[in-house]
This record gives sequence, C-alpha cells and structure tokens, in this order.
Amino acid sequence: MFPPLQDLYRIAPELVLCGFGMLVMFLAPIVPKARHGALAFISLLGAALALGATRFMALNPGAAYSGLVRADAFSLFVHLIVIGVAFLAILGSVDYLKREDLDGGEFCALILFATAGMGVMAGAHELLTAFVGLEMSSIASYVLATYRRDEPRANEAAMKYFLLGSFATAFFLYGIALSFGATGSTHLDLMTPLANDSSHTLLKTGLGLIFIGLAFKVAAAPFQMWTPDVYEGAPAPVTAMLSTGPKAAAFALALRILASIDAAAPVWFWALWVAAALSMFAGNLSAVVQTSLKRMLAYSSIAHAGYILVALAAAAASDRMELGIAAALFYLVSYALVKLGAFLIVAHLGGAGERHVDIEDFAGLGRRQPAMAACLSIFLLSLLGLPVTAGFLGKFYIFNAALQSNQPSLLWLAILLGLNSVIGAYYYLRVIVAMYMREPEREIAAEPAPWTLSIVLWIAAAGTIYAGLLPARIIGYATKAAMNIR
Amino acid sequence: MVPTSYFLVLSAVLFGLGVIAFVFKRNILTIFMSIELMLNAVNLAFVSFSRALGQLQGQVFVFFVIVVAAAEAAVGLAIVILIHRNRGTLNVERVDTLKD
Repeated sequence: MFPPLQDLYRIAPELVLCGFGMLVMFLAPIVPKARHGALAFISLLGAALALGATRFMALNPGAAYSGLVRADAFSLFVHLIVIGVAFLAILGSVDYLKREDLDGGEFCALILFATAGMGVMAGAHELLTAFVGLEMSSIASYVLATYRRDEPRANEAAMKYFLLGSFATAFFLYGIALSFGATGSTHLDLMTPLANDSSHTLLKTGLGLIFIGLAFKVAAAPFQMWTPDVYEGAPAPVTAMLSTGPKAAAFALALRILASIDAAAPVWFWALWVAAALSMFAGNLSAVVQTSLKRMLAYSSIAHAGYILVALAAAAASDRMELGIAAALFYLVSYALVKLGAFLIVAHLGGAGERHVDIEDFAGLGRRQPAMAACLSIFLLSLLGLPVTAGFLGKFYIFNAALQSNQPSLLWLAILLGLNSVIGAYYYLRVIVAMYMREPEREIAAEPAPWTLSIVLWIAAAGTIYAGLLPARIIGYATKAAMNIR
Repeated sequence: MVPTSYFLVLSAVLFGLGVIAFVFKRNILTIFMSIELMLNAVNLAFVSFSRALGQLQGQVFVFFVIVVAAAEAAVGLAIVILIHRNRGTLNVERVDTLKD
C-alpha cells in the first residue's frame, strides 16, 4: 500500500514543507518565547531544503498518484517562485515579529503550510487536488492576515479575506462540479465533453464559474474589492507574502487549466480580456489618489494582475500559446521580487504598530536612509516598467505575446496596457520624488535595517536588476516550462 | 425514478439563494451560513452527477468538500470571535475602519 518512491520524489518539496511546518508547530510551545528566533531559523532551513527538494522533482519528471499531480518544468518553475517567496518572507519578517512582540513559531509554520498548498496548486493536474491545494494556502493565509490579533484593522482584514475567499472557493467548486458532470472526469487531460446535448453548455458554464473563483484569488477586477482592505489591514510582511505567492500559484493553476482543457481558451478569452482591461484601470486609477503607500501598493497589485491577465489572454487567443505563458511566468518572477521587497520596506519603516505608512512619512528618506531609499526606488521603477529593471522586460514580453497573436482585440489590449503604464508612472514617481526632493514635515528617527531584512532587500534588488539586464536564462526556463505545461 | 435534472435545478437554486444571502445579509454569522449553503449546493451537484454518470468519484469528492468546509469553519469562527471581542458587533457594516 505504500506509494512508490517515484511518487514521493515528485511531491518532495511539499513533504519537506509540511514536515518542517509540523516540526515548528510542535516546537513552538516547548521553546521559550525569547528563543523564537531559532524557530524562524528552522523554518528557513525547511524552505531552503524544500528548494533543494525541487531537484528530486526535476530528476523524476512525470505524473504521480495516478495523475493527480505532475512534476514537470512548469510545476518546477512555479515551485521555485513560491518557495523562494516563502524563504524571503520568513527571513524578512524575523525582525518585524520581534518588534511587534508576536509569536514567531506559528507565523513561520503557517507560511510553510500555505506554501505547501501553493506547491500543490502548481503541480495539480486534477481539479479536486487543485482545490485542496488552494484551500491549504487560503486557510493558512486567513490566519496570517489577522496575526496581530488585538489589532481591529487586522481582524477586519481577515474577516473580509475569509468571507470573500470562501465565497470565491464556492464558485470554484461549483464550477468543478458542473465540469465533472459535463465530462465525467476531473483530470485535466481527460476533460472532453460527453456525447450528449447539454454537456457542452454545462462545461462552458463550469469553466466560467472556475474563472470567477480564480479571478477572486488573483485579485482581478471586477472581483478585486477585498484586495485594498486586506492588504492594508494585514501585517505588512504577511501582505508581502499574500500579494506574491498565492497570486503566482493561482495564475499557475489558471494557466494549467487554459492549456490543458481544450474548451477553456474560447470560453475564457473574452472574460480574460474584460478582466484585464478592468483590472488595469481599476487598479491604476484608484492608486493615483491614495495617500498611504501600503494601500497604494495594494491597488497597484490589482493593476499588475491586469497586466498578467493580458498575457493569459494572449495565450488563450494565439496558436503559439507558449509565448503568452512564458511572458506570464517571467512577469510573476519580476513582480514577486519587487512586491515582496516593497512591502517589507513598508513593514520596517512603518515603525511600531505600522503607524508611518503614508507617502508623506517617506519624505526625505533619501537623506535619512540612502540604502533603503535606493532599494525602494529600484522596486518602484520596476513596477513602473523602466528599462534595466525586470518590470520593463516583463511588460515587453507581454507586449510581444499580445502582438504576435495577430488579433485586433489583443492589439487594443496592448494599447490599454501602454496607456496604463503611463498612469502608473505618475504615482510611482510621486513616491520617489517625495523620498529625494521633499523635506519631512515631522521628524522621524532613522531606523537602521537589521541584517536579516538587508539580505532580503539586497536579494530582491539584485534579482530585479539581474532579470532586467540578463533575462535570457529566466525567460529560457519560462519558455521550457510553457512548452511542458500539458 | 426522479430525473437528474431535478436535483441539478435544486442545487442551482440553493447556490443562488446562498449568493443572494451572501450579498444582502449583514450579520457575519448569517453570511458564513450562506457560504455553507453554497458548499452544500455543490455537494448535491456532485452526488447527482455521480448518480447520473454511474460513477462513485463524485461521492468521494463530497467528503473532500465536507472536510475542507469544516477546516474553513474552524478558522472562520475564530475570526468571528476576534471581531466580536474587539468590536462588540457582528454587523459587517459597522466593521469598516478600512475605507478610503
């Protein structure tokens, strides 16, 4: 009855993540609170070993557990993103947890569990497995969102995240149920409509409902209303994780469904088109008027979900699907590095209780803390899409995928993307201008970055520049992943 | 034998009622119950398809949904308790510090 060793190799990263998650949970009540740094260290070790365990996946490609999950280049690529995010998020929040006097063990364990769920989503080749992965990641995230238990704003964020997240899950599940009824299977490669009158319509409805569920999870308009509140209310390091890892996993699942079910592309194309256009405008136009940097970054993440949806629409419309998929994957890497870094900076500079998160509070940062200001500038310029940063090439690949598809509707979408980049430039540059050219209205003491945070910021900034200057290797892997998706 | 379409219509109606309750109700617990209603509509759809297709798979899925819904309820109710403790209300309209 024991599963063959090959199958275990193919889910090795999840096994490591869950194992270390449980170990940390077990140790948390035993280890005295003053020594919770050690638990963070164990969790970091777990994340690093999980990164190493992806090697087992790479060496044993193929389907595991009678086709429920697959270890392939695509799954591997997304695994590297989500586990990398978990590693950096834990390392970057060690100091925050100490400052806010929060319990470190459970925090790290929950991040590891959530990451295991995202890994399952990335590898899932069957819809119910994908659902279990989605819930593993979501349930842990709900708890993380209100990790500052006595902070009413964090409670509110968790409530909204939980209610709307479960609502979306119900749509996702109903979609699975209808697709199951139409095809008699939930294995992505076996989902072709049965031979009766109603099953085509049923499958279309099911795929539509699945799209709604996933659109909620990636924070795409018109299902984005929870995003700003949740990202603002949750502790900033948690926001850093929430806005990157789960989003990458949900996009991976959407790409997998898009590529594997033949009926998906025609049903989803216009939905993707509309959601992309709405998300870009909803995100950017609301971000312009924000005074809080944390909330502005939340709106900007809606806009960036819109940019990635353009790549998905290109993948859905084109005969060369791999261009769109590779563009989406590259963008997810560049976006994850940047958003993680930016939110961690907000977490640090916000000070005790995160009181200083307004753009005004960042005035004069260039003089007060030059290194920190330089990192934040790199991240904001990458979000804006300036050359030399990863964000520029990410947008370039999306443009390329949209234009190569030779569809007039995608040409329009590319034009909207360009227009939105211009709107985005306004509010990203406003922060940079405040940091370097304005004097602070009130005196804020400079808080030197702890070494743990510095490492994360340097990795994120170096990664952003590296992907912006020498993208060949990353886009090469992304293309290989895209070819391997079926 | 009752045709499958009857069950599916019932499931769609239940799901629709869940959505309507989710949108219009103001108490967190009621909203939470409407989500449970939606999940049970899904379960009904799974078992009726399972019967129509002559497969057992659909019934196994229901167990997954029930287990996950239970896990979700545990976390959800904990959040509800936190809200009540820190705000003294369960009305979602009065839990609104996070607004522009």
